[in-house]
Amino acid sequence: MQFMLLFSRQGKLRLQKWYVPLSDKEKKKITRELVQTILARKAKMCSFLEWRDLKIVYKRYASLYFCCAIEEQDNELITLEIIHRYVELLDKYFGSVCELDIIFNFEKAYFILDEFLLGGEAQETSKKNVLKAIEQGDLLQENQSADWGGLPRDELL
Amino acid sequence: MSPSIPLQEMIRAIRSARTQCEERGVIQRECAAIRAQFRQSDNDGRSHNLAKLLYVHMLGYPAHFGQMECVRMIASPRYSEKRVGYLGAMMLLDEKQDASLLITNSIKNDLSHSSQYVQSLALCTLACIGSAEMCKDLAPEIDRLLRASNSYIKKKAALCAIHIVRKVPDLGELFIPTARSLLAEKHHGVLHGAVVLITVLCECNPETLERFRKTVPDLVRIMKSLVTSGYSPEHDVAGISDPFLQVRILRLLRILGRNNEASSDTMNDLLAQVATNTDSTKTVGNAVLYETVLTVLDIKSESGLRILAVNILGRFLLNNDRNIRYIAMTSLQKIVGTDHIAVQRHRGTIVDCLKDPDASVKRRALDLSLALVSASNIRSMMKELLVFLSCCPPELRAEATSGIFHAAERYAPSQRWHIDTILHVLTTAGGDVRDETVPNLILLITNASELHCYTVHKLYRALLTDISQQPLVQVACWCVGEYGDLLLRGECQEMEPIEVTADSVLDALETVLQSHMSTPTTRGFALTATMKLSTRIDDNVDRIRSIVSIYGSCIDVELQQRAVEYNALFKKYDHMRAAVLERMPVIERNSPGHRNGDSMGDVIKEAEVDKVKRREPPLPQPPATQVCDLLDLLGDSEESVRAGPAQGGTVTVQSTNTAKPAGEDLLDLLGGFEPTPLAPVTVYEKNGVTLTLGCEKHSDSGVTVTLKGCNSSDSDVTSFALQAAVPKSVHLHMKAPSGDTLPAGGLAHVTQLVLLDNPSKVNLKMRIRISYSSGGSSIQDTVQIDSFPGLS
Repeated sequence: MQFMLLFSRQGKLRLQKWYVPLSDKEKKKITRELVQTILARKAKMCSFLEWRDLKIVYKRYASLYFCCAIEEQDNELITLEIIHRYVELLDKYFGSVCELDIIFNFEKAYFILDEFLLGGEAQETSKKNVLKAIEQGDLLQENQSADWGGLPRDELL
Repeated sequence: MSPSIPLQEMIRAIRSARTQCEERGVIQRECAAIRAQFRQSDNDGRSHNLAKLLYVHMLGYPAHFGQMECVRMIASPRYSEKRVGYLGAMMLLDEKQDASLLITNSIKNDLSHSSQYVQSLALCTLACIGSAEMCKDLAPEIDRLLRASNSYIKKKAALCAIHIVRKVPDLGELFIPTARSLLAEKHHGVLHGAVVLITVLCECNPETLERFRKTVPDLVRIMKSLVTSGYSPEHDVAGISDPFLQVRILRLLRILGRNNEASSDTMNDLLAQVATNTDSTKTVGNAVLYETVLTVLDIKSESGLRILAVNILGRFLLNNDRNIRYIAMTSLQKIVGTDHIAVQRHRGTIVDCLKDPDASVKRRALDLSLALVSASNIRSMMKELLVFLSCCPPELRAEATSGIFHAAERYAPSQRWHIDTILHVLTTAGGDVRDETVPNLILLITNASELHCYTVHKLYRALLTDISQQPLVQVACWCVGEYGDLLLRGECQEMEPIEVTADSVLDALETVLQSHMSTPTTRGFALTATMKLSTRIDDNVDRIRSIVSIYGSCIDVELQQRAVEYNALFKKYDHMRAAVLERMPVIERNSPGHRNGDSMGDVIKEAEVDKVKRREPPLPQPPATQVCDLLDLLGDSEESVRAGPAQGGTVTVQSTNTAKPAGEDLLDLLGGFEPTPLAPVTVYEKNGVTLTLGCEKHSDSGVTVTLKGCNSSDSDVTSFALQAAVPKSVHLHMKAPSGDTLPAGGLAHVTQLVLLDNPSKVNLKMRIRISYSSGGSSIQDTVQIDSFPGLS
C-alpha cells in the first residue's frame, strides 16, 4: 500500500498515513485531487478506480470514506477486507465507533493502524492480538513510569 | 486510558469556530502557545502539546516547528512521550528532511530496548520513513531481531526488512537465510511477514527467486493446512481461515511457479482444491478465488485447471456485485490474447457491461470488447460498439473511436459496410477521432470505385444536415469535389433520389467556406472542391470563378495561396485546367507522395515551378572520368579507396541537379542568403572571376561551406560549375548551385553550399575545381584549400 486516507463527506481529512516519501506539497495536492475525485462518484459505483498510475480502493462507512492506494500487482478485493478489518478494530476499541471518536482521538486511531499495518502491509491477521497489543500499550502509557522492570516482558502476541 | 483533555478542548474550540477566519485565529493562538511550551525544557504536558500540533497539521496548517520537538520526545525515557514523538516523526518528517537523520540514533537505541513496545515503535517508524542511509545503518539490527526475539517483534522486524529491501535492494542478501527459516513458524503474523519478505526478495533479484523455489512444497503445505483446517476463531473471516495469509501465499506461489514446470506441477492440486472449495458468497472468498485465478493463469498450469479458472471469472462476470464484475474483466483482459476462445464464450455478458452506469466498468468492458472483435462477430459487435459510442462518457471517446476504426479495418466484411461504419462514427463522435482518419477514409473511398456514387450521395446528405464535425466535413467536401458529376447525375440505386442541382452543391460548399465552425483546413478542402467542380459541372463556372477570386484576398495564407493559384489557372492556364483537375487516380496505400487533399495543390505548384526552371540552361554533366581525375590530384594512394563513396557523392549531386524537386531549390536559394558568421575568404581570383569561401560550424563534426562565385569582368560567364574533393574520412555533400551564370559587372552571384561531416576530426582540406566559359573559351582551374576560416 502506498497511502491510506480517511476523510469526511465534506472532504475534511481525518487521518492520513503515507508509506511513500513525498513532500508536504505533493501530499496535499494528491489528497485534494483524490478527495475531489472520490466525492464526485455516485453511490452505487465500483469501489475501484484507476488514478494516475495507482489503483485506488475506497469504501464509505457512515460519514467517513476510507481510501487506499495500492500498486498494480496488489489484490483489490483483499484491500477491501483490510479496510474492513481496520474498521472492525476501531469499532471494537471505541465501542461502536463514529466519526467523532476518530476526530477527538485521532492519535489512538493512528496507534491502532500502526498495530495492524506496518510499512504498508498487514502485520497481524488476528483481531484479538491487535487489540491486546493496543491495550498493553495503553496500560504502559497510563503507568507513565520510567521503570520498565515493573511490567512483564511477556510473550504477548 | 484517560483522554488528553487539553487536546480535546482545543479540538472542540476549533470545531466550534464558525468561519475559516475564526478557525485560523484559534489555531494561531494555540500554535503560539505550543511554540512557547516547546521552548521550555521540562514540561509535563509535552505529549499533549505535540498531539495538538499534529491535529493542527492534519487540518493543513504548517507545523515544521514541531520537528525538533519530535526528535526530543523520541529520546525521552517516558513511553507516552516516545509514542507521540514517533507518531509525530512519521507525520512531520520524511526521508527528505534533514531532521530525520537525527532520529537514527534514537531508533538504534530503541531497537534494543527492554520493552517490546518501545522496540515496536522504533520498527514501525523505520518501516514508514526510513531513508536509504538509515536502512543501511540499521539492517544488521533488524536481522538480529528477526532471528532472536518473540513473535511480536519478529513479525514487525520482517515487515521492516521488507522496507529495507525495497529501499536498498542489495541488502536483500542479508535476509535470505532468515527469511527461509521463518517459514517454519506457527504464528500467523510472522508467517505473513515471512511470505511477504520472500515475495519482495524474489521480485528484486531473479537469482534469489531460483533459490527460493525450494520453498514451494512448504508453502503448499501451509496453504493446505489453512484450507482444510477446521474453524479457527482467531483467524476466521466469514468461514475462510486467515484470508490475508492465503492471498499472500498464493501470490508468492505465482511468482515461484511462473515459467517453471516443476513448481507449477507441485501446486496444481492445491490450486484446484482452493478453486473448488472456497466459498464465494462473500467478498473475502472472492478475494481468495481471485488470487487463485491470477496464479493459475500465470503459471504453467494444466489445461483443466485453466478452464476452471476462466469459468470462475465467468461466474464473477455474472455476479451482482459491481466490484467483482470489474475484477473479472480486468483479469480477462490479461488472458484474452492467450485464451481467446475461452473468453469469447462470455462475450455476451461483457457487451452488456458496456451499458453499466459506472465509468470504470465501462472502460474495462470497452477494452475487452475491442479485444474480442473477430471476423465472425464483427457485425453484431460493431452494432453494440456504435450504440455504446452514442452514450459514451467523453473521456472514453477517443479510445472508442480509434478502437472501432482499427476493428473495422481488420475485419470489415465489405467496403460498403466499412464506409458506412466510419461515416456513422464521424457523425456521432467526429470531434474525437484522430487526424489520420481523414486521409485513411479518403484512401478507402477512392479504392472502392463501385461505391463512389453511393458514397458521394451519402456524404452530400451528411453535409446538408450538419457541418460541425470537421473530419466529416473535410471528407464530404473532398468527395463532392472529386465525384461531383456523379452527384449531379441524380440517381443512385441504394438511396432515395433527391433533387441535386449544381447550385445546391455550390451552396453547400459555400456554406462550409463561410461558416465560423470550419477550421482553416476544412476551408482549404472546400475551396479545392469548388475548384474541381469547375470541370465536373457545365454551367456555373462563373460562380466558381467569383468564389475563388474572393478568397484571393483572404487573411489565411494557405487559402489565399490556393485561391491565387486557382485564379491563375482560370486566367492564364485555362487550357490546362481540365487536365490539372481531372479525376485522381486510385491512391496507393503508403505511397510516399500521398498527402491528403493537397495532392491537387502539389500538382499545380510543381507545374508553375517547372515553368520557371525551364528558362535556365541545363547544367553541364561532367563525365565520371573527370571525377576520378579530381581525386587522383589529391595524390595519395588512400584516395583511390575513397573513389567509390566520393563518386557516389558527386553523382548524387548530378541527379539532384537534373531532377530539381521544388523543395530543394527553394532551400538552396535560401541557403545562399544565409549569413556566414565569419568574413569569407577569397580562394580564387582570375579573369575577373572570384570565388569566395565561408564556413560555419553547425555541429561537433559538421561544417557548412559556402562557395560564392562572382564575376567582375565585362563579359558574362556561363556554365559556371564547381566540383570538390575532400580527404578520405570526411563526408561531403554538395547542394545544387543557385545557377550557372555569372553576369558581368558582379551583378549577381552563384552560391553553392557544401556540407562536410568530419567525424574523425582529421585536418580538413578541400580541393575545388572551377570550370566556366568566358568570352567563348572554356576555362578550368583547381584550388586547394588547406585552412578554413574559423576552424582551428
